[in-house]
Amino acid sequence: MINPQAFTPNEIMTVAAARALRNSDVCFVGIGAPSAACNLARLTHAPGITLIYESGTIGTRPQVLPLSIGDGELCETALTTVSVPEMFRYWLQGGRITVGFLGGAQIDRYANLNTTVVGPYDKPKVRLPGGGGAPEIASSCGEVFITMTMSSRTFVERLPFITSFGHGAGGASREALGLSTKGPTRVMTDLCVLEPAADTRELTVVSLHPGITREAVQAQCGWPLRFADELIETTPPTAEELRVLRELQDRTDRAHREEA
Amino acid sequence: MATLLSLAEAVALHVHDGDVVALEGFTHLIPFAAGHELIRQRRKHLTLVRMTPDLIYDQLIGMGAADRLVFSWGGNPGVGSLHRLRDAVENGWPQPLAIEEHSHAAMANAYEAGAANLPFAAFRGYIGVDLPKVNPRIRTVECPFTGEKLAAIPALRPDVAIIHAQRADRAGNVLLEGIVGVQKQAVLAAKRSIVTVEEVVDRLDAPGYNATILPSWTISSIAVVPGGAYPSYAQGYYRRANSFYKKWDAIARERESFLAWMQQNVIEQGPEAFQSHAAAAR
Repeated sequence: MINPQAFTPNEIMTVAAARALRNSDVCFVGIGAPSAACNLARLTHAPGITLIYESGTIGTRPQVLPLSIGDGELCETALTTVSVPEMFRYWLQGGRITVGFLGGAQIDRYANLNTTVVGPYDKPKVRLPGGGGAPEIASSCGEVFITMTMSSRTFVERLPFITSFGHGAGGASREALGLSTKGPTRVMTDLCVLEPAADTRELTVVSLHPGITREAVQAQCGWPLRFADELIETTPPTAEELRVLRELQDRTDRAHREEA
Repeated sequence: MATLLSLAEAVALHVHDGDVVALEGFTHLIPFAAGHELIRQRRKHLTLVRMTPDLIYDQLIGMGAADRLVFSWGGNPGVGSLHRLRDAVENGWPQPLAIEEHSHAAMANAYEAGAANLPFAAFRGYIGVDLPKVNPRIRTVECPFTGEKLAAIPALRPDVAIIHAQRADRAGNVLLEGIVGVQKQAVLAAKRSIVTVEEVVDRLDAPGYNATILPSWTISSIAVVPGGAYPSYAQGYYRRANSFYKKWDAIARERESFLAWMQQNVIEQGPEAFQSHAAAAR
């Protein structure tokens, strides 16, 4: 029997992220934590969701989580697979995606993301992979969900590089650039859920995961956090959510072990 | 018309030191065997173009084949860093590597502009981000009809495009299926092209009327290399070796272990080694 009281921080992060998705969404899926959350949503409350990966697979229904955004499993279970230029031009730029689901190496209080460098661009201390699809996912999708593990090294006061634009310097930064999409509307972490404040657009803790204190969240964040007046506790994962997630991860581990 | 050559002959004929070379394949159908042949033939001073450098460019960069990299996402998918790429950018080993960095949308548009024989690509992108500050080839144009500001980047026109595909017929027409990425655009944008294929068949058996086929007269040379995309994959032939992608992290982390692996598995091997790798991933 699954004990719904016994879940890991990573599991409640994935479950909270999955719950943000709706059955009617057309979702552009980032690899890693977003991919687990999107497929958990599809296998639980959102069976009708359309999952799209940047490799060109539309309406994919993988039985195991892909390691890359272009595993054969994604193509074999997709409604159709289009070329990469078509994906970015007609489907993403064309405004047909309701939610972009991103992870990131670093985030600031206005949900801008860095996945490019730590240190100066020309002489980086750490060279990260770069933007990939994210810069245009962040501007072209109807809204953006972000899922990341919290730490003071990843939730930082000031980003060394803006790879993907969130709410810029806050307020009406997006509107000033001519963007009509909502940008980041929710950030799901291993400790809490954050949403941008209506006026300033600064990320604000709206929900603490069970057993997590304000102090514990603040300790893992590099800027002084704001907490919502009506701060609530995140509904814990159900036994069913945990069962589906663990089975998905077991199938994935088995599949990746079996290969040469 | 495409000529049928051995991989070594095709690379010797079409790829020269200093060329701008695009080995494409978006996770699927990555031309690893051809990349290894470039290393064995000691090509130098290349500009390597690829949306996702992947292990194949980690190998070429670590062996000192490249002066310059044009790319949009430089990680080991789902695993972590490309350690040889990072060592070149962070420490200049084995030689300094200049980078020209884009987003995926930008590179996909730039290949398409190249294939369409246009000088540049315009698209709605790079809004509010820092990449245009460090890459002078990212500029803006104004729409002459609406005044909207759009991102503009030069078309990609490689000297050589190299791709891997499922099969060719005896006339040299090539079929790709599955995740087709930007390969058609890359071949049509390039001055010359090499296609490695799993097999040559009497009939392509294309699925339906709208299959992705590159006519023989758009390709310079074809080389038959079964398994030539391993540890990437060829849909319908063998699966992606995700476990090798994970193993690469430890192999490439240190210079010594990387060089030892390359010596044993690339320098002292030929393209025929790929057949057995791929057979194990079937």
